[in-house]
Amino acid sequence: MRRRLPLSLHLGAALTLLLVAMALLSLLWTPYPAEQVRVIARLKPPSAAHWLGTDHFGRDVLSMVMVGARNSLAVGAAAVGLGLAAGVPLGLLAAALGRWGDEVVARLGDLVFAFPAVLTAILLTAALGAGAVNVVLALALFNSAVLARVTRGAALAVWRRPFVGAALALGRGPLSATLVHVLPNIAGIVVVQATVLFAVAIVNEAALSYLGLGIQPPSPSWGRMLGDAQTYLFTAPLQAVFPGVAIALSVMGLTMLGDGLRDWLDPRHRSSGVM
Amino acid sequence: MLAFLLRRLVSLIVTVWLASIVVFAVLQLVPGDPALLMLGVNAQPDTLAALRGQMGLDQPVLTRYLQWAGALARGDLGVSLTYARPVAELVAERLAVTLPLALLSLVISTALALPLGLLAAAQRGRGGDWAVLGFSQLGVSMPSFWIAILLILLFSLTLHWFPAGGFPGWTGPGWGGGIGPALHALLLPALALALPEAAILARVTRTAVLDTLAEDHIRTARAKGVSRTAVLLRHALPNALIPVATVLGLQISFLVAGAVVVENVFTLPGLGRLLYQAIGQRDLIVVQGVVVLLALFVVVVNALVDIACALADPRPKGVSS
Repeated sequence: MRRRLPLSLHLGAALTLLLVAMALLSLLWTPYPAEQVRVIARLKPPSAAHWLGTDHFGRDVLSMVMVGARNSLAVGAAAVGLGLAAGVPLGLLAAALGRWGDEVVARLGDLVFAFPAVLTAILLTAALGAGAVNVVLALALFNSAVLARVTRGAALAVWRRPFVGAALALGRGPLSATLVHVLPNIAGIVVVQATVLFAVAIVNEAALSYLGLGIQPPSPSWGRMLGDAQTYLFTAPLQAVFPGVAIALSVMGLTMLGDGLRDWLDPRHRSSGVM
Repeated sequence: MLAFLLRRLVSLIVTVWLASIVVFAVLQLVPGDPALLMLGVNAQPDTLAALRGQMGLDQPVLTRYLQWAGALARGDLGVSLTYARPVAELVAERLAVTLPLALLSLVISTALALPLGLLAAAQRGRGGDWAVLGFSQLGVSMPSFWIAILLILLFSLTLHWFPAGGFPGWTGPGWGGGIGPALHALLLPALALALPEAAILARVTRTAVLDTLAEDHIRTARAKGVSRTAVLLRHALPNALIPVATVLGLQISFLVAGAVVVENVFTLPGLGRLLYQAIGQRDLIVVQGVVVLLALFVVVVNALVDIACALADPRPKGVSS
């Protein structure tokens, strides 16, 4: 019997697709060049010419939101991609090696979790200067620890299952068993976790860019747009709304996508899960 | 149990030691001369030499680390270049803002999350449940610093109920002089930090209560005539508190990160603001001290939560994986 896809999966996928489409479209077209300064048209409210208004430099807010989506996605993808590349092999290795490998991953995890990603990024910024690369590094470090832990837990459960024991008895080596039997069985859990970490990365990038430590001007970033908007909160309050809505919808899309995927892959969650 | 406590203590000490190495090592990555970076290119040679001496830059890295770690263990975090005062003194001052802010946000988030989680569980699949889940989804999606800006927009600039930023301090007699205005200034930042936390905690509470409601002892209690409300409050909620406390502990690191950003939204003179300004001022000694303290705080809280959960868990220790 075919299982019905959860509602959260539909909604999450739709919002995420919208975000990706907006980011891709910004590569080809934006209403105005996102970095074009027109002081004469500064802090204009939404109009037919500028759907979301203009900022304090007269830049078109919709164009900036579109390019901001691209920057957010790029940072999120790099942070999650690097996290997957480091965390998944580490977690698989820990599960395959048994006790002492476990211990190493557990201690490394404790160490990384001592530093919230924002704190690591601040530390790197203090040493190497502000910029998107340091933000990606800090987020990737945190993501790799989370993914290593999740992979290890899931892989250990698969290692205990009879078919892996049977494969080993039939002469398959640990590496081959990991690649052929363990990895495909934990891929769903890892993908779900990666989706949630993507959302966390978008929020953290925005927070760091708000502080001026993330993506550097003139390249637009949702966090920095909010930081700038705060200065003009009294005269142009809507400027503090649009980038925030963009962040919230992106995070909502990704977390719902993660929730939906989890429910779809593991229906037991649905009894106590959300939406 | 004693073995578990010892193991947790050893792991805590190892983590703190490794964290100190990480903080020290990262700041060794500064390209070129850190003293020059801190003082700028126009610094006088004798001032540069004095700072190099103070930072121990003329000594090998290992010696420098041992001296710094030894001083750290004695509570000496060095002397700030910008403020010309011991970093430990600055931290103690700033904690008077950050600690009440963190505690207030924990109180608000728990006070919101527990009733909402209970309501959602009690009304599973009905209107109340969907409303709480909607709030939760929204709260999780909104970054605390954006919530902070929206709160300023609504409660400070439009309604004029709260200050848009700044902190009057705790000094002054009684509620009217010190405590009242200080809490008034901390309420919006605490709310901004608390709402995303409450959203997560409400979800966890709902799930934990629903899991507990499915257990046999609850069915027995209901069969013996205990009312639904009494079952929820007296049986389900206390059992659900372990997972809630665990998640609350894990949220501490997010709270620390959130506080750094939210303090800057409200220009509150807390640890987060001190750290942020130290980066702008290139005061690496302050950055090093504050980051290591925040990491220590996160590690200790996580260990305490672990121990509290182990003590509250009735299952024999060492059995669960």
